[in-house]
Amino acid sequence: MAQKIEMPKLSDTMEEGVIAKWNVKEGDSVSSGDVIAEVETDKATMEVEVFDDGTILKILAKEGEAIPLGGVMAIVGEKGEDISGLMDGGGSDNEESKSETKSEEKSDSKSEGESESKSEDKNKSKNEGGKEEESDSDSVDSTPSDENGSNGKSKTGKDKKPDSKSDDGRIKVSPLAKKMAEEKGIDIENVKGTGPDGRIIKKDIEGYKPAEKSAKGAPVASFDSEESEDVKISQMRKAIARRLSESKFTNPHFYETIDINMEHAMSARSKLNEVSDVKISFNDIVVKACTVALRRHPAVNSSWLDDVIRKHGDVNVAVAVAIDEGLMTPVIRHADKKNLRQIGNETRELAGLARDRKLQPEQMEGSTFTISNLGMFGIEEFTAIINPPNACILAVGAIRNVPIVKDGEVVPGHMMKVTLSSDHRIVDGAKAAEFLNTLRQLLENPLSMLL
Amino acid sequence: MAVLQFREALMQAIDEEMDRDEKVFIMGEEVAEYNGAYKVTEGLLDKYGFRRVIDTPISELGFSGIGVGAAMNGLRPIVEFMTFNFAVLAADQIINHASKVRYMLGGQASVPIVFRGPNASAGQLGATHSVAYDSMYAHFPGLSVIYPSEPDDAKGLLKSAIRSEDPILFMESEQMYGLKGEVSEEEDYTIPIGKAKVKREGSDVTVVASGKMYHIAKQAASELEKDGVEVEIIDPRTIKPFDIETVVKSIKKTNRCVIVDEAHPFGGMAAEVGFLIQREAFDYLDAPVQRVTLPDVNAPFSKPLFDLWLPSAKNVIDAVNTVTYRK
Repeated sequence: MAQKIEMPKLSDTMEEGVIAKWNVKEGDSVSSGDVIAEVETDKATMEVEVFDDGTILKILAKEGEAIPLGGVMAIVGEKGEDISGLMDGGGSDNEESKSETKSEEKSDSKSEGESESKSEDKNKSKNEGGKEEESDSDSVDSTPSDENGSNGKSKTGKDKKPDSKSDDGRIKVSPLAKKMAEEKGIDIENVKGTGPDGRIIKKDIEGYKPAEKSAKGAPVASFDSEESEDVKISQMRKAIARRLSESKFTNPHFYETIDINMEHAMSARSKLNEVSDVKISFNDIVVKACTVALRRHPAVNSSWLDDVIRKHGDVNVAVAVAIDEGLMTPVIRHADKKNLRQIGNETRELAGLARDRKLQPEQMEGSTFTISNLGMFGIEEFTAIINPPNACILAVGAIRNVPIVKDGEVVPGHMMKVTLSSDHRIVDGAKAAEFLNTLRQLLENPLSMLL
Repeated sequence: MAVLQFREALMQAIDEEMDRDEKVFIMGEEVAEYNGAYKVTEGLLDKYGFRRVIDTPISELGFSGIGVGAAMNGLRPIVEFMTFNFAVLAADQIINHASKVRYMLGGQASVPIVFRGPNASAGQLGATHSVAYDSMYAHFPGLSVIYPSEPDDAKGLLKSAIRSEDPILFMESEQMYGLKGEVSEEEDYTIPIGKAKVKREGSDVTVVASGKMYHIAKQAASELEKDGVEVEIIDPRTIKPFDIETVVKSIKKTNRCVIVDEAHPFGGMAAEVGFLIQREAFDYLDAPVQRVTLPDVNAPFSKPLFDLWLPSAKNVIDAVNTVTYRK
């Protein structure tokens, strides 16, 4: 019996997945546990396994296509099996519907109620109620089409050639056109319907040209230069957009900046690197200092959970990693219990995985604090958006060669600005300041981290 | 192929079956001495005599009951109604007895009977003489309903009906008795009950029409052809059991369907077939199925009103234009 392979839930926040790559093609035989596809979720590119032995009978999604959670990606079964029932969306009751055709009466009366009420709804919305009967008794004088014509709503609809979307956002599309669009991989959102009330019909799919999309889709064409390009929003961009908008609009952010003299940290680092086989970076030292400071200021290592504030028992530090398509935040778990070598090693490993899009969801979950470092780009200071559900995020700037006043004299110095963004629901100004002062003290006197 | 009138084709079928099987007999008002109200039984009295060609009084319930009893006792009656509008008087025998005997006796008896006669309107005959009953009888389990449109179908299907072991309602039209058409000269020519026929091939729209409505659909198709619209006409021939497979196959090609039905809209053949189409061919439809039926109004007597009331080729053309989005 053929089975549908549905888009699995690969992360807690996933709502749809994009087929990044098919490892199989139609006709390939597979056995349980085979990785048949790679799917890009909002977090990572994940592998999808097949649970049944058999043959890939049909692949229903192209590479690059987004499938909602539970949507059918492919059908696996025995070679030559009839999968029309599964394809029609009839689910597994293929046989049932066949037998229904033969012995109609009983099964009909069952399903009738449902379908009837649906069609009624539809008619109501279309004809504004009560016009059904007339359109049926069309031989009197009002043929079905006259009927539509005399209906003000659909007439204006026809003249204006409106979007296929109705007021409630539904796209009107004939079943055939919908199926054709699926087969051709056309997103019906981009197709202009020419049927009544903008219904998308066969002709519209046949005549659809993808180029039409950017040309017609742009509402202010006069401002468009030739070079404009509409880029499809990746799953990662969607996740970034959603999570960070939510954070910035929900969490009351405030910012405190402190300037830290990095002279001792720099000399400590060069001494460490003389003996360490793993190169210790400034960022590693900042991470280490943060873990110590977080242990001393548990309020900063907390989350707002609506009815309670959770002070986390673990210190899990997320490190923001820039990659081509966006930004990822792999998590160094139990960072407070790890030494600089371990932190350095793990950070590099996770950053490598992030750039290859190979991070697993669990490697990006469970952070209690986040560090974002743009020092390597020469950014002096910046403010970061809190990475939910953290209370704070530390934005680390570059180490600057600047004159400083030491013992009443101006001398060359190395200063680094860090800015803490805090969620005021959890952390108050003084608390954040205390944390920053601890952090400064730790970095200006790195030996004290050993205390 | 011989060219015969519809009535001649029916007569040949009855004659051949009476000749083949002496259990077959015909009765009804004016079938014997008068040679039939519409001359369908012309010459049969002379050939088979009063025992097998029987004039009845104007008593539909009575002679239908005799027919049902005769059928239960092994004969094969053909009961002619002067019109199915009069058969409502015999509804108890048809609906409560003929259709249910086999079922209620657990298969111990069957009712091999044909009720036949003209159905539906035939011009200005008023409200009580103008009703199409095919959908109504098709509603009942145990009854089959045949409504042919051309002489060839009429002959082949009537012979199959007479040979059926179960009751058949065989519907004709007063306005079609004189209709000429080619009829197969094949010996013992029969057409299986429950098989539709694609009578015109086309790629743009499927029109389903039986009986008199087939000819309306044909007119509409010739008009539409001038506009470049290719209509595929399917004549179901048998209303029940309905050959939905042939219709669905056609819709998979055309993606659009109009059903023409000479009955009132509520719960009629068009409603049933429309339902079956949406269930069986949903993904192939490019437009909602349309139907052309009588209005939910009794037949008017006045000529202008009658012409508006009866489905016309124009109604069919309008419906086709709607499903093909031509206006």
